[in-house]
Amino acid sequence: MATEILMPALSPTMEEGTLAKWMVKEGDTVSSGDILAEIETDKATMEFEATDEGIVGKILIAEGTEGVKVNTAIAIMVDEGEAVPDASAAPAIAAAPLVASTPAVAAAPVAPVMDATPDWAADVEVKQTTVREALRDAMAEEMRRDEDVFLMGEEVGEYQGAYKISQGLLDEFGAKRIIDTPITEHGFAGIATGAAFGGLKPIVEFMTFNFAMQAIDHIINSAAKTLYMSGGQMGAPMVFRGPNGAAARVGAQHSQCYAAWYMQIPGLKVVTPYSAADAKGLMKTAIRDPNPVIFLENEIMYGKAFDVPVMDDFTIPFGKAKIERSGDDVTIVTFGIGVTYALKAAEKLAEEGIAAEVVNLRTLRPMDTETILASVRKTNRCVTVEEGWPQGSVGGYISNVIMQEAFDYLDAPVINCTGKDVPMPYAANLEKHALLTADDVVDACKKVTYR
Amino acid sequence: MSAKKTAAKSNVSAEELLGHYREMLMIRRFEEKAGQLYGMGLIGGFCHLYIGQEAVVVGLEAASKEGDKRVTSYRDHGHMLACGMDPKGIMAELTGREGGFSKGKGGSMHMFSKEKHFYGGHGIVAAQVPLGAGLAFSDKYKGNDNVTFAYFGDGAANQGQVYETYNMAELWSLPVVFVIENNQYAMGTSVKRSTKSPSLWERGKAYGIEGEAVDGMNVLAVKEAGERAVAHCRAGEGPYILEVKTYRYRGHSMSDPAKYRTREEVQKMREERDPIEQIRSMLLTGKLASEDDLKAIDKEIKGIVNEAAEFSKESPEPALEELWTDIYAKVEA
Repeated sequence: MATEILMPALSPTMEEGTLAKWMVKEGDTVSSGDILAEIETDKATMEFEATDEGIVGKILIAEGTEGVKVNTAIAIMVDEGEAVPDASAAPAIAAAPLVASTPAVAAAPVAPVMDATPDWAADVEVKQTTVREALRDAMAEEMRRDEDVFLMGEEVGEYQGAYKISQGLLDEFGAKRIIDTPITEHGFAGIATGAAFGGLKPIVEFMTFNFAMQAIDHIINSAAKTLYMSGGQMGAPMVFRGPNGAAARVGAQHSQCYAAWYMQIPGLKVVTPYSAADAKGLMKTAIRDPNPVIFLENEIMYGKAFDVPVMDDFTIPFGKAKIERSGDDVTIVTFGIGVTYALKAAEKLAEEGIAAEVVNLRTLRPMDTETILASVRKTNRCVTVEEGWPQGSVGGYISNVIMQEAFDYLDAPVINCTGKDVPMPYAANLEKHALLTADDVVDACKKVTYR
Repeated sequence: MSAKKTAAKSNVSAEELLGHYREMLMIRRFEEKAGQLYGMGLIGGFCHLYIGQEAVVVGLEAASKEGDKRVTSYRDHGHMLACGMDPKGIMAELTGREGGFSKGKGGSMHMFSKEKHFYGGHGIVAAQVPLGAGLAFSDKYKGNDNVTFAYFGDGAANQGQVYETYNMAELWSLPVVFVIENNQYAMGTSVKRSTKSPSLWERGKAYGIEGEAVDGMNVLAVKEAGERAVAHCRAGEGPYILEVKTYRYRGHSMSDPAKYRTREEVQKMREERDPIEQIRSMLLTGKLASEDDLKAIDKEIKGIVNEAAEFSKESPEPALEELWTDIYAKVEA
C-alpha cells in the first residue's frame, strides 16, 4: 500500500523547516532506519529516518525547499511492483484538534463565614503540655493506631531526637519504625517518598527545614506531583516535619522561614502550628492525610507550654484558622511563631485603646481565607505578620486575596510585617534588627488605624 | 510441537525464545510508531525512544515474579510494555488523551500503573533511584519477598543521590536491583567524557554492594543475570547492581541531531549486535521457528501497534474539568 512520507516535526516547537537534502532518490529501496533526508530546523540539521521498508515512489518536495510545513507530504513510498498514486488524491492527515481555553473561576458573591467553633468543648479537662511533648504524643498515638506509620530522620532514634521531639519513641516502637538515617537528606527523602508510593505512611524529620533544601526535589517533584501525573493512581501519604525559621544566633544558613516556598505548591499541604494544642491536633491530622504534608515547627516554641485537651483522639482539621483574640479595630493575620508577636502587639495596642483581632491561620495550604475576609469586613484594616522575607511572602498573597475579595471594605492598605530583607546575621545586635518584633506589629497597626 | 523444542546452544526452549522475540519486537514496533506519530505532531514535548535497548527490560521482566515492582526514568515506554501495560493506554498517554494511563496528564515521561506495579516514569534524572529503594523498603517493612527493579542510565549514575541510596540500601538490606542501563551516552555526552571510572557497577563495591556487568544486547544473558540479582535480593542479602551494556539507536529524544557519534557506529551496532536479530537468528538457525512463523508474529504485532495508534488518535482529549482533579487525594472521614 502506498504511504505518504510527511514532513516531520523534529523538535517540540518546530512548525516548518528546510528540506536540505534528499539522501535517497526515486526508485530506491529503503529499510527501517535508513536516512531519507536531511532537514534543517531552527536549531539544527537533523537526519530523518525511514520507519518502514519500501520503495521511494515519488519525491514531492525538491531538496533545498525552505519553509516546508510540518505534516506536508514530501514523498510517497510504495511496495514492490506498485504504481505511484496521484499525490493530490492522497488523504490529508488531520492533526488533533487543539483546545485552548481557561476554566472560568467563579467568584463567590456570598459573604465569607468565620467558623468559630472551639477546638474542644469547654468541659474537657486540659493539661499544660509543651509543644515538644505534644508533637511526640501525636506521633506516638498515630503510630499505635496505624502500623504503616514510621518515623525516619537524622538522630531520631538512639539520640532521642536532635531537639528531643522523638524522645522515648525508639523504646516503644523499636528500630523498625523509628529509623536513624545517615546524614543524607536528598536520599532519605526520596526513599521515604518511594515507601509512601509503596503504601506506607512515613514521617520524615528534617533536623531543620534549612537542610530540606537538599531534599526539595523529592518533596516537590516526586511527592507533590505524582498523584496528578499518575491520573490519581498513586500519591505520597506522608509528613515532612522539623523546625523552620530562625532559632537564635545560628546565622544565615540555619535561620530561614520556608512557609512561602512550600505554600506555593499544588499537591502539598502546609501546616504551621503555634501552640501545643495546634501541634498535637494538626500533627495527628497530618499523619492521617493521604497527601504529602509539610509541617513547619519552630525551635523557639518547642519548650513553650500550653493547654492541651486530655482526649483519646484530639484532632484539628486543616483549613480552619483560630481567632486567638477578638477585636474590632484591626485584623492581624499570622501563623506559627508570628502569633507570639501578634498577641504581644495586641496586648500593647489594647493599652492604647486599639482592639486587635489576631487570626492564627494554622494551615497555609489550605488557607482559611473565609476567616480572614470575615474579620477584615469587620475591622476594615489588616496587618500580616511572618518571619520570612517580604518578596513573595505569605502576607503578599493574603493582601492579594483581600484586595480582590474585600477591596471595598478596606479603610487602609494592608501592611505586611516581615523579617528584614537580608540573610540572617550572626551578631546579636544585628540579628535582633533583622527579626520581626512585636513593636513592628504595633507600629503597623497604628499606621493602618491612622493613630 | 515446535514451541517445545529446546535451543541447541543455551538450553532455552523455543517457546521462551519466541516469547522474548515477540516482546522485544513489540517494543521496537511500538517505538517506531511513536516516532511516526511524533513526526505527525500527534505526540508533543519530549519523546525518548527505547529502540536498541529492548533486551534489557525483556530479559529482566523474564526474571521477575508477580508482586515485583519497577520504576524508571523518562525513557519508559519499553518498561511499561514489558511489564504488561496495555499499548493502547501508553500510546494514548503519548498523544495526551483521556484513554492514556494518566488520563493525558502525565505524557511520555510520567506514566504509572498500580495494577502492574509500575511506579513511573520520572523526569528528574536519578530521582527514581531512591524512590525505587523506598519501594523496596515498603516491601521489606511489610515482610514480603517482593523485589524492586530501579532502572537508571549511565548519566544518572553520576548523580549524588544514587550513592546516598546505595549507602542506605545496603545498610538496611533493601531488596532492590539497581539496573544501570548503560547505553553509553547521557544525552550527547559519552561515558568516557563524563567519568574516569567507567565501570559503573563497581562503584557499588565502595558500599559493599555486589553486582556485575551484563551484555545488554543479549536478552538471555540479561535474564540470567537478572535471576542472580533477584535471588540475592529475595534471600534477604540486600541490593544488587546490574550494569547492562546496551545501546540506543535513536537520538536522546526526538529533537536530537545526534552529532556526538558517527552514523557508522550506530550502523555497526545495529548490524552486528541487534538484540532482536540475535534471537531471530537463533530461532531460524536452530530451526525452532520458520520465516513464516516469525512473519506471522511480525504481522500480529503490527496489528496491535496499529490498533494502539488508532486508539490514541480516537480517544478524546481529557475533559477540561480534569485540569482540576487529582491534585489532592480525598481525605477519608
